[in-house]
Amino acid sequence: MSDIFWLNILIIGGIALCSAILLHITAKKFSIPTDVKEDQIDAVLPQANCGGCGFAGCRDFARACAHSTPTNFSTLYCPVGKSDVMQKVSRILGYNAQARKETCAVLHCNGSCQAAPQKINYEGLKNCRVAHLTTVGESECPDGCLRFGDCVSVCQFGALSIDKDTGLPVVDANKCTSCGACVNICPRHLFEIRPISENNQQVYVACQNKQKGAVARKNCKNACIACKKCALICPEITIENNLSDIPSSISPQEFGQKLKETCPTGAIIYQTQVKREKKNV
Amino acid sequence: MFKISTTPHINSPVTTQSLMRDVLIALTPAIIVSLLMFGINALRVLLTSVAACVMFEYLITRYLLKAKNTTSDLSAVITGVLLAFNLPSSMPTWMILIGAFVAIGIAKIAFGGLGKNIFNPALVGRVFLFISFPVQMTQWPKPDFLSFMNTDTVTSATTLGILKHIDVSSSATIKASQVSLTELPNYWQMFIGYTGGCIGEVSALALFIGLVYMLLRRVITWHIPFYYVATFFMLTAITWFNTDNIHFEPITNILSGGLLLGAFFMATDYVTSPMTRQGQIIFAVGCGILTYIIRFYSAYPEGVSFAILIMNAFVPLIDKFTPQRVYGTKRK
Amino acid sequence: MCNKKTFSLGGIHLNKHKISALSPIQEAGVPPLVYIPVKQHIGAPAQIIVKVGDKVKIGTLLAKANEGISANVHSSVAGEIKKIEEIEAENGYSEQVITIQTSADEYEEGIDNSEEINNDIPQSLEEIKELIKSAGIVGMGGAGFPTPIKTSIPENKSVQYLIINGIECEPYLTADGALMLEKPEQIVIGAKILNKVLGIQNAIIAIDENKPQAIEKITKITKRYIGVNVAVCKSKYPQGGEKQLITAITGREVPSGRLPIDVGCVVQNVATVFAVYEAVMKHKPLYERIVTVSGDTSITTAGNYRTRIGTPAEYLLDLAQTDKSKISKLLFGGPMMGTAATNLHSPINKKTGGLLVLQAQEATKPDESCCIRCGKCAEVCPVGLMPFAIASNLRRNNTAPLKALHVADCIECGSCAYTCPAKVPLLDYCKLGKYEVHKQK
Repeated sequence: MSDIFWLNILIIGGIALCSAILLHITAKKFSIPTDVKEDQIDAVLPQANCGGCGFAGCRDFARACAHSTPTNFSTLYCPVGKSDVMQKVSRILGYNAQARKETCAVLHCNGSCQAAPQKINYEGLKNCRVAHLTTVGESECPDGCLRFGDCVSVCQFGALSIDKDTGLPVVDANKCTSCGACVNICPRHLFEIRPISENNQQVYVACQNKQKGAVARKNCKNACIACKKCALICPEITIENNLSDIPSSISPQEFGQKLKETCPTGAIIYQTQVKREKKNV
Repeated sequence: MFKISTTPHINSPVTTQSLMRDVLIALTPAIIVSLLMFGINALRVLLTSVAACVMFEYLITRYLLKAKNTTSDLSAVITGVLLAFNLPSSMPTWMILIGAFVAIGIAKIAFGGLGKNIFNPALVGRVFLFISFPVQMTQWPKPDFLSFMNTDTVTSATTLGILKHIDVSSSATIKASQVSLTELPNYWQMFIGYTGGCIGEVSALALFIGLVYMLLRRVITWHIPFYYVATFFMLTAITWFNTDNIHFEPITNILSGGLLLGAFFMATDYVTSPMTRQGQIIFAVGCGILTYIIRFYSAYPEGVSFAILIMNAFVPLIDKFTPQRVYGTKRK
Repeated sequence: MCNKKTFSLGGIHLNKHKISALSPIQEAGVPPLVYIPVKQHIGAPAQIIVKVGDKVKIGTLLAKANEGISANVHSSVAGEIKKIEEIEAENGYSEQVITIQTSADEYEEGIDNSEEINNDIPQSLEEIKELIKSAGIVGMGGAGFPTPIKTSIPENKSVQYLIINGIECEPYLTADGALMLEKPEQIVIGAKILNKVLGIQNAIIAIDENKPQAIEKITKITKRYIGVNVAVCKSKYPQGGEKQLITAITGREVPSGRLPIDVGCVVQNVATVFAVYEAVMKHKPLYERIVTVSGDTSITTAGNYRTRIGTPAEYLLDLAQTDKSKISKLLFGGPMMGTAATNLHSPINKKTGGLLVLQAQEATKPDESCCIRCGKCAEVCPVGLMPFAIASNLRRNNTAPLKALHVADCIECGSCAYTCPAKVPLLDYCKLGKYEVHKQK
């Protein structure tokens, strides 16, 4: 009886010992040396792996930060974690992080289903990029939103949704991290990562149609017709390619209301409150 | 308003539904044989199975998932027929209902419905029943030609069962095996289906007619059926020549049991077989080898359903390693 | 004559619908207004050298080829330039056109408008090359690649085969077939000219087996011309694809991402070859082409028309007595690869081989259902791609494996989407994949 008992102890103990040695050897042999700083930085990053920073993922970005010099560190920025995270990262590295302006994505098109009604019947994959390659789009505006929502499908943060009434994507600035995925995917380059002013406002031209006023107007009531009225209000506004360009440097508070009222077509959008106020829960 | 569509602007008339309809037509000869051989009971098994499969698919997609109704693509009907084909005609009705639920509810819709299931639904249903109710699943009523109302069950062993029995008992009681040998049906009986077994698998002739129809209609290609049966034939033939054991006699082995049904209708299931030619060949050869191993070296007399299910699990892997050769790249 | 040739990978058999196969080439005449696009080819648009109010004749140079890949554009009518404007192209995007109000036909000097066959090929190679270049000839099979560039061979490459593509594998279209029936000798002479330009004696005219009359006629004529032969190809789609045709004729495969010239082949469409003949022997620039009008016979009469470049589609449809109110879909080109037009007034250009009208029922795409993993798409792909894998990756916005799936090699023939029993728009996914791969570069 006791023989069996001790034999069991011996066998099981022996197996345990062998596995322990084996595990130890393999752990030593296949271990990958890691940078302590890289680990620390990785720990404070949001781990969205969105690629908005221009790197393959958060780990890649952490490596780039760890190997950066104080001078080129300023070029690195995590659009998701924003200045909070960048401050933490700089503290780990012992650098100074500069605060960046808050931004969010804006759509440069206001061709809603009402303003730019459907003129042709598109059949095929309901996908903006395919529709762009195949045809001009249901509203026949060659530069307008195709309203199939590739941007919505690519947004990892749920910041984009298609408005049922207008058919256009809407940006939820509270959720938008300015990662730029929508900018990259839109075949007509309608998105821009645009700074939000200090008092939470934005003013921009919601049109990219480069056709002449009359042609553009035929397809979309909200098209910019390059009438130059906005340029009279603010000299910084330029008109090029039959299109008005409101630079992000002008103050929305000062010009926004006036620009919006002056625009005869409704191509200028003035957002008085870009981000919703955070409710205290 | 003009229609603008992406190319191509014309589409072939072949649809999922028409393909499934062709498979059903191909199954018809075997259905007729099963009715001729097993009478009213075969009809009961078939109708219960088909109705239950369609009903479960409809109920689950409609009320549980609240999704688009998919019964019109006829895939549930095929699952129902194939499940019934894999059951003996004496199967109690309530067990068939359970089998149908497992096939449709668990093996098909739980995986995401048509096109996304990993395992062949009908086979999952059959194997579930086989493991849960081994007694009922291995009682085979004797075929009784053209006596529709004969419902009393005279059970007989299947050809494979007899062979297995001989194999196990060969050394001990040679006498018993000699008695059993006389029970073996001849080739002709096995070919037309006058033999015990599941209702759909008995007639090689009916299954061959179905296969030819599917090949002519280009529903399937010849690769999977051919390589499956050929691999199995080669292995049994080699063993037979070497051991001279009647158990391995290749023709009997191919004509009996579910091999032809499996090779023609279940291994060729689009969803659960590889997509490229090369992959299909690997899949079929694997099925053949596994069937051989299970039939001769395991406790079961029959191995087709297990073999196909095991190979089903390998399909994603096979697909990954057997891409087609792209034009203008090197031949491997 | 040799055996019927074809490519080995994939391919499908289509219902041909060649309604107008034996109808003679009719003169389309001159519409009151023509709209001549300045970009009818791959590459840079031509530079306009005329202005509003100018009087032009048939063959007058309107726009000069730009640097690099470009081609000349000539007037197809005599008349006065009304406008230089942007109008809707067939796909709905705007294109720059020169609008000309037409008057009675009047030809530029030197243009020989007789039907007489001239087989006295000029001796000077330079002269031939210059004539082809100035005539503004581009690939008329649909790609629109400028011919002078295609026929000038880089120094480190050599040519063994000139393949003349007379396949026309798209259903309905018969323009090339009609041309081969009516102008066989001209095409053979055109092939001889291109032989001379390329410095070889090996032109092969590839003809589909479903055009027996054309095969007979051209074979007879080639007996009188050294260095031009006929190859009969099987009727299979996409036999007329450049790479598929090269494989069928020579057995060679164009390596992935390379050009036909890398395997010593130059492929030209029969219409292009005819244009070469006209340019060199008749001094006629490319200002007209054969266009098939076909489709649903209940709303149109099918026919082949010799059409001036810039003729609005509407004019041709009227000529074919089309009931325009019933048109649900108008196609520029064939049903497999053609463009669905957004409007009726877009002009015919050098690449347009056909106009196709479809009624509501035929024009509607069937509903998509779940992929049943049948693998038929991979089976029929003439490039050996796996469209199902491309589609499933793109559904998940996964663009990383696209390159390894060789989606960039897709020739957009549409065999996959045509065949798919679940009617998944596989070609759309392939196009999307190509777009994404291109963006990654």
